[in-house]
Amino acid sequence: MIDEIHREDGPSPSRLSETELAENATEGVTRRGFLASIGVGAVAVAAGGGSASARPSTEVLKPDEMAKLTLKINGRIYRLLVEPRWSLLYVLREELGLTGTKVGCERGECGACTVLIDGRPQYACLMLAVEAEDAEITTLEGLMDGQELGPVQQAFVEHDAFQCGYCTPGQIVAVEGLLRKNPDPSLDEIRTGVSGNLCRCGAYGHIFEAAQKAAKLKSGQGGKS
Amino acid sequence: MNTEEKRYYFLEGLPVPETPLPGDEPAPWKKTHFVGKGLPRVDAYERVSGSAVYPSDVNFPDMLYAAILGCPYPNARVKSVDTSAASKVAGCRGVMTGSSPGADIAWRYEKKKSKIFDPHCRYEGDAVAAVVADTPYSAWDAIKAIKVDYEILPFVSDERNALASKAPAVHPGGNQVGKPQTYERGDVDKGFKEADVVLEAEYRTECELHTPMELHGCVVRWDGDELIIWESTQGVYSVQTMVAETLGLPLAKVRVIGRYMGGGFGSKLVTSKYSIIAALFAKETARPVKLFLTREQTYLVVGNRPPTNMTLKAGIKKDGTLTALQFTCLGTGGAYPADGTWGVDWLVRDTYLCPNVKCESTDVYINAGPARPFRAPGHPQGSWALEQMMDALAEAIKMDPVELRLKNIPTYSQGRPGNMPYTSTGLKQCLVEGAKAFKWKEKRAALARTKQTGHIRRGIGMAGGLWQVGGGMPPSSIVLKLFVDGSVNLNMGASDIGTGTKTIMALIVSEELGVPLDKIQIENADTGTTQYATPSGGSKTVPSDGPAVRDAAVRVKQRLLKLASEDLKSKPEDLTVVGGYVVSQKDKSKRIKIGEIGKFKEQRVIVGLGCRGPNPVGKIIQPFCAQFCEVEVNTLTGEVTLLSFLAAHDSGRVMDRLTYDSQVIGGITMGVGFGMTEMRVLDRRTGKLCNKNWHDYKLPTSRDVPSEIVSLPLELPDAEANSIGAKGLGEPVTVPTGAAIANAVYDAIGVRVTSTPINPLQLNRLLAERRGKE
Repeated sequence: MIDEIHREDGPSPSRLSETELAENATEGVTRRGFLASIGVGAVAVAAGGGSASARPSTEVLKPDEMAKLTLKINGRIYRLLVEPRWSLLYVLREELGLTGTKVGCERGECGACTVLIDGRPQYACLMLAVEAEDAEITTLEGLMDGQELGPVQQAFVEHDAFQCGYCTPGQIVAVEGLLRKNPDPSLDEIRTGVSGNLCRCGAYGHIFEAAQKAAKLKSGQGGKS
Repeated sequence: MNTEEKRYYFLEGLPVPETPLPGDEPAPWKKTHFVGKGLPRVDAYERVSGSAVYPSDVNFPDMLYAAILGCPYPNARVKSVDTSAASKVAGCRGVMTGSSPGADIAWRYEKKKSKIFDPHCRYEGDAVAAVVADTPYSAWDAIKAIKVDYEILPFVSDERNALASKAPAVHPGGNQVGKPQTYERGDVDKGFKEADVVLEAEYRTECELHTPMELHGCVVRWDGDELIIWESTQGVYSVQTMVAETLGLPLAKVRVIGRYMGGGFGSKLVTSKYSIIAALFAKETARPVKLFLTREQTYLVVGNRPPTNMTLKAGIKKDGTLTALQFTCLGTGGAYPADGTWGVDWLVRDTYLCPNVKCESTDVYINAGPARPFRAPGHPQGSWALEQMMDALAEAIKMDPVELRLKNIPTYSQGRPGNMPYTSTGLKQCLVEGAKAFKWKEKRAALARTKQTGHIRRGIGMAGGLWQVGGGMPPSSIVLKLFVDGSVNLNMGASDIGTGTKTIMALIVSEELGVPLDKIQIENADTGTTQYATPSGGSKTVPSDGPAVRDAAVRVKQRLLKLASEDLKSKPEDLTVVGGYVVSQKDKSKRIKIGEIGKFKEQRVIVGLGCRGPNPVGKIIQPFCAQFCEVEVNTLTGEVTLLSFLAAHDSGRVMDRLTYDSQVIGGITMGVGFGMTEMRVLDRRTGKLCNKNWHDYKLPTSRDVPSEIVSLPLELPDAEANSIGAKGLGEPVTVPTGAAIANAVYDAIGVRVTSTPINPLQLNRLLAERRGKE
């Protein structure tokens, strides 16, 4: 966990001085130092249940050097070279072509990039790819059964729970995450469950209906995953 | 008498052949089998599985990423740009400024000339330089390394100050954009003299930003001398035109593809600088280039619904007859001409019967991003004033607000010259049926009986409305191919911006040819391969392209029946298509499978070209609506909870019930944003946009929308409008929402909120003011 790194390494991100940050930047940063200094935004997310790796390594990277990374996405192992600063969202979309996960704001406001990290919905834009190592990452594509739609996806189709469809992958993943935790949510719980996912077309009403239908589909079928 | 009128006259009371003769407009459908049913979208699978490739999803192995440096000031002159450090940034493949070779390119806003990189930046975010790099991270490293020397100039950021004598001029010649637009009928002074009650009020609506979920941008690749652009756009042909003009390319050499797009709401009707910059970089580097703006940039440079400052004076007789309406509006399209006041006066001119009307709208320049059309441009703003005034008038003469509106229903368009009649006018039905379904009278009586004492107060409100466009128009052409196995390929240029266009077009084909939806493949929104279409905006895609699809299907059917008539030894007009067979209507035993038709087996495919005919001359096609809502106001916190909404809409025939309802709930949700949560905040001291993100600029979320939204379509038959009988829907659904909420809040607490947004900040201030007076 990242907050563990902070404890082990001493200075918390806020305590790193400008000079220390500048030194890190010029000399190249350790992965752990990098996480401590840059991953401020991600800490809040990952600390809640992510499983970013905290290796006791002292590996030093030059600014343009790539880090080796293994990601487990939708049950498949990907071995990659990444810049430590790349977000999980960037890696998913631009490096791996998993474009079911959408990009809306890159600052943790809209939820278009929602993925499941160990079963919990999280924003891929607020997570560095290196933080996601060792985690089970599930994207929209991972909710499919081959070419067949999963129950949440099927419910979204039936209730026309989208318009332009761009926030939809995030909404579907958020509902999937909600139902894994709470298989029979009330309308109020559904509203809260997707409250981190903006829909500018305003499809919320149909999204609520779809979530209720998805809960039924999942319980009726035993549900996929 | 024009040809359309003759035809309808001729058809009056006559049996209509199911398939019209070539050149005839098909008669309205009677019983439908597919249209109006509410089937899931034809592209639903693609959209929920992640297999739909949106422009921002386009990816090439050798693709580079570009980014644009925007001016950080609302008004500044670029003295010099130092790109030396930027070009040395690791991964940077190119830097561009206005002085780069080939980058000194003209750009225009309506008639006002500018440049892609204009050395005078008149609004925050205008392009100063651009870079292209291996990754977006490197691109932003390089952007940050660009050093710009600006001469910071004085600015004006509030349109209310733009005409003051000391206001800095955005352009030489002052800040007024042309002469004020004026409109007058009758004599308002006479009208006010005839009135028993005259009321006057000021209204303001804040600037609203589109912020569609998919960022604005494109991926660009040169294939030899052909420029291919995957763009998140509402109109591929509109982008093609502007890019070809700007870069001096033949139209045929600019291929724009926008098969999927993640929302636009008007902000993606036009072309932006990024497409040009990406094309230049792609040429220079001989690599595909992806250039999407950042979310913050989309708040600055790709349009807005402009703010308005309105006054409305209204005269009325005790019996509810409107005698005069006098309206003024001051608005702004930003730093360049952008129709800052378009459509704002329309509802005052056209909605309710009134013999004496005078309107004046003044558009001014300010140092802020140029406006773009935003879902029903001008209308929610005008509705905010007119519909609140109607309620105030009703109260003044002690009349039910619904009754007052019903007293003043026109059957012709007063706002246009010639008092032309509407093809259908459902305003009355929307008010009557809407009120009935909402239980308006019962709820009103119940609220009047109850003495509300606690800090939670309940109220109901409503507003009527219409949308000025929404009737559709030529041009539109469609190519339909029927294959020998009975499957169909539909080729159209229109974008499906999320409204369900593709699904509706497929339903029209199904209705006409009996082909199930899963045997229809649609190719759309690609200037290289699909038919011409105007951009999807104005709520006109269905009424414009739908009749062309039907025309194409009818032509294919005519050909099919002609071929089958040889096999069946029948007249083509006696034949029809049922479930993959051509069947004689006179003798049901005479039937042949489509694929078995002799000549068809040889030809393999029947191609039909459909076109959109002209609209009826001397008539106006407009959608109408009325929305009703119930709210709860917490007078301690200033919070307003939306309990329920009911939307009664006359948009002609319901083409697909599912997507129809989606439009309704979406329009109301967006109207909730306009009325209750959204406002652009420009800092008074710096002129910079304070809330360029979704955290500080609040959209309605899943927790803010009404628990219950009831969609009540009033399917008034409209055979004159077009051959499918549908009128536009996407925009009228957001016109009356804000005003209906304001009226409900007034009903609950007796406070008129005349400025948007009705948020706790404002409501608390108004409640405190009232407590001060008590």
